[in-house]
Amino acid sequence: MNILITGLITGSMLALLAIGFSLIFGVARIVNIAHTAFYMIAAYTIYFLSAKLGVSPFWAMLIAVAVVVALGLLAYRFLIDPIREHEAAVLIATIALAMIMQEAMLLIFTGDYLTVSALIQGFFVVGGVKVFHQQVLTFVVVLIILAALWLLLMKTNLGLAIRSTAEDREVANLMGMNESRLAMITMAISVALAGLTGAVIVPLAVVSPFMWMEPLIIMMAVVVLGGLGSIKGSFVAAYILGFTEALVVFLIPKGAFLKGSVALSIMILVLLLRPEGLFGVSFEEER
Amino acid sequence: MNVRCVVRVCVLVAAAIAVLSVPVWAAAPIKIGIIGPMNFVQGKGHWNGAVMAAEEINAKGGVLVGKERRKIELVKSDSNEFLNLTDATNAMERLITSDKVDFIVGGFRTEAVLAMQDIAMDNKKIFMGAGAAHPELCLRVAKDYKRYKYFFRVTPFNSNYLVRTSFAHMGFVGAILKKELNLPQVKVAIVAEKAVWVDPMIEAAKGVIPKMGMEVVGTWRPSAVATDVTAELSAIQQSGANLIFTVFSSSVGIPFARQAGELKVPAVQVGINVEAQKDGFWEATKGMGNYVFTTNTYIRGVEYNNLTKDFVEGYYKRFGETPTYTADTHTAIKEGLAPSIEAVGSLDADKIVAHLENREYLVPSGKVKYEKDAQGRPTHDLTWGPGYLTSLGGQWQDGKFVGVWPNKWVAAPGAPEVTYKGVVPYKIPPWMKK
Repeated sequence: MNILITGLITGSMLALLAIGFSLIFGVARIVNIAHTAFYMIAAYTIYFLSAKLGVSPFWAMLIAVAVVVALGLLAYRFLIDPIREHEAAVLIATIALAMIMQEAMLLIFTGDYLTVSALIQGFFVVGGVKVFHQQVLTFVVVLIILAALWLLLMKTNLGLAIRSTAEDREVANLMGMNESRLAMITMAISVALAGLTGAVIVPLAVVSPFMWMEPLIIMMAVVVLGGLGSIKGSFVAAYILGFTEALVVFLIPKGAFLKGSVALSIMILVLLLRPEGLFGVSFEEER
Repeated sequence: MNVRCVVRVCVLVAAAIAVLSVPVWAAAPIKIGIIGPMNFVQGKGHWNGAVMAAEEINAKGGVLVGKERRKIELVKSDSNEFLNLTDATNAMERLITSDKVDFIVGGFRTEAVLAMQDIAMDNKKIFMGAGAAHPELCLRVAKDYKRYKYFFRVTPFNSNYLVRTSFAHMGFVGAILKKELNLPQVKVAIVAEKAVWVDPMIEAAKGVIPKMGMEVVGTWRPSAVATDVTAELSAIQQSGANLIFTVFSSSVGIPFARQAGELKVPAVQVGINVEAQKDGFWEATKGMGNYVFTTNTYIRGVEYNNLTKDFVEGYYKRFGETPTYTADTHTAIKEGLAPSIEAVGSLDADKIVAHLENREYLVPSGKVKYEKDAQGRPTHDLTWGPGYLTSLGGQWQDGKFVGVWPNKWVAAPGAPEVTYKGVVPYKIPPWMKK
């Protein structure tokens, strides 16, 4: 039961992060290394608003997502867009952006570890296992967000445009879609997903300027496993690695710290055996 | 006497006063570099402790060096050693070559302090280490005295003694559990973050715990930055452990205490939890860290000697928080360096080393006496034990961090009982008594 619950929650978190990352890569070929740094900014915003200003955690979460989207759009407009055609430059620029955000948080909030209150306290027992109410709430919220994202992508014109651009940028452009505008909208959705992940995870996590690094590595593993740019692949891979992490923690208690290494080993294995990932397009076929 | 003449006399008198005053106020200050991770609580402790020492010394006119009083001037240096060791060595170089400090106090991470130590030794600068616990720092002094004699440990006592103290704490709580809960044998779960410094402690604990009449039921090694430890807690609960021996120096100490408290895991937490040493722990765990026990250096209300209260309360009044052990930069400057400078009457490093290594002096956390190794070689390491430095055991009790150890502690058969003023009885969580 513990493995099931931990796996589902971890997988859902990874799915939120990885889908956001995949989305912007698929549509605009932007490798946004700062993706999880936006998640960290959301966590700090919620901490600041709820712990320092007394804003209710719910509103703090919504404001945090708005702040992150605004920052993401600014970063896109002034940092990423001017160098978008040079993928390596974008990658380096977003690393720098993540470091800047980390240092800014370090300066403002210092390196102290901070926490945010759970929205609902307490736990219940299922099959002899204690499960926090907050964990269940987080899981449900993640499912709602994923469902909303699915509806956006599959049932709206915007979603259709995003998916078609992700599939073939040049043809989408020829069909009259404003690729640059779509890239900006996708960037907003992408960082919003990062912000939402921060919002739902923050009551269960410890807020620190370095909290973006560990999820970044696992998120990259998810994206590679699922196939770079594939939203469906990210979704499936997130749960595979979520359950892998849970299995490592529960079955090898002395090696719980190895969960990240196991995820990365899977990533390397996939790169060697199937470089395009589970649902990705092979490099040879890519335009 | 006309007005012009009066003015001239006044100017002359003023000039004379100014000139005569110069030896007191114009003497070059003693520059002390304070090095540490300044954006973190450890570095803040370094700086705050030093500021307090400098203010107290300067308020009395400064340090008497020969015939002149010289003020203390602090130079703040961010080592950034948690993130980048090169930053730490650069900061040390800058302090010595650019800021031209006379002494250096601080450092936290062993890896960084080892590198910084070499730079200070190259320049024959006295470096008072106030953070790193690894024995190697002082073993170097014994092995190559000529080169490393300028290094002194100020705090904490070395990690071997830290382990002994933690085991004393475990024995203390284990005995209470056995008596009050009528347990035939106390079962211990070892939970230690994955870090190199912890590995020898785990091996030692596995050997020592059975000798203390307790049983080890398992070892768990979460990541130092894990945010969810419910898996470990679930397994610990299933193991039947009554006592969890914790070894945490990183952020994992917060979720572990928070989740264990929220799930009301029927096992007490005893050991090292650096996050629990901070005033903000109660808030960080949202009150779920109640009954957590951790080793600590200073706890408000507990007195090692007659210096403790003034320091702890003075620090609290000045900075609004209880001093952490890195605030012993205060001790390094006020009780360590300043009296030795006055005694030798100069800033000559060799003379100060010769004086300081042979002193025995009271500090707010006990008494400092620098050790010699089995061959009689000076190590400049701190003596541990009753009468010297012991540290404290503190427990969170309903929002307040209180001292609970040493309470009738007998360090060795035949040794006198030790109880510090202000310690209160240890409390077992109520959910364990059901």
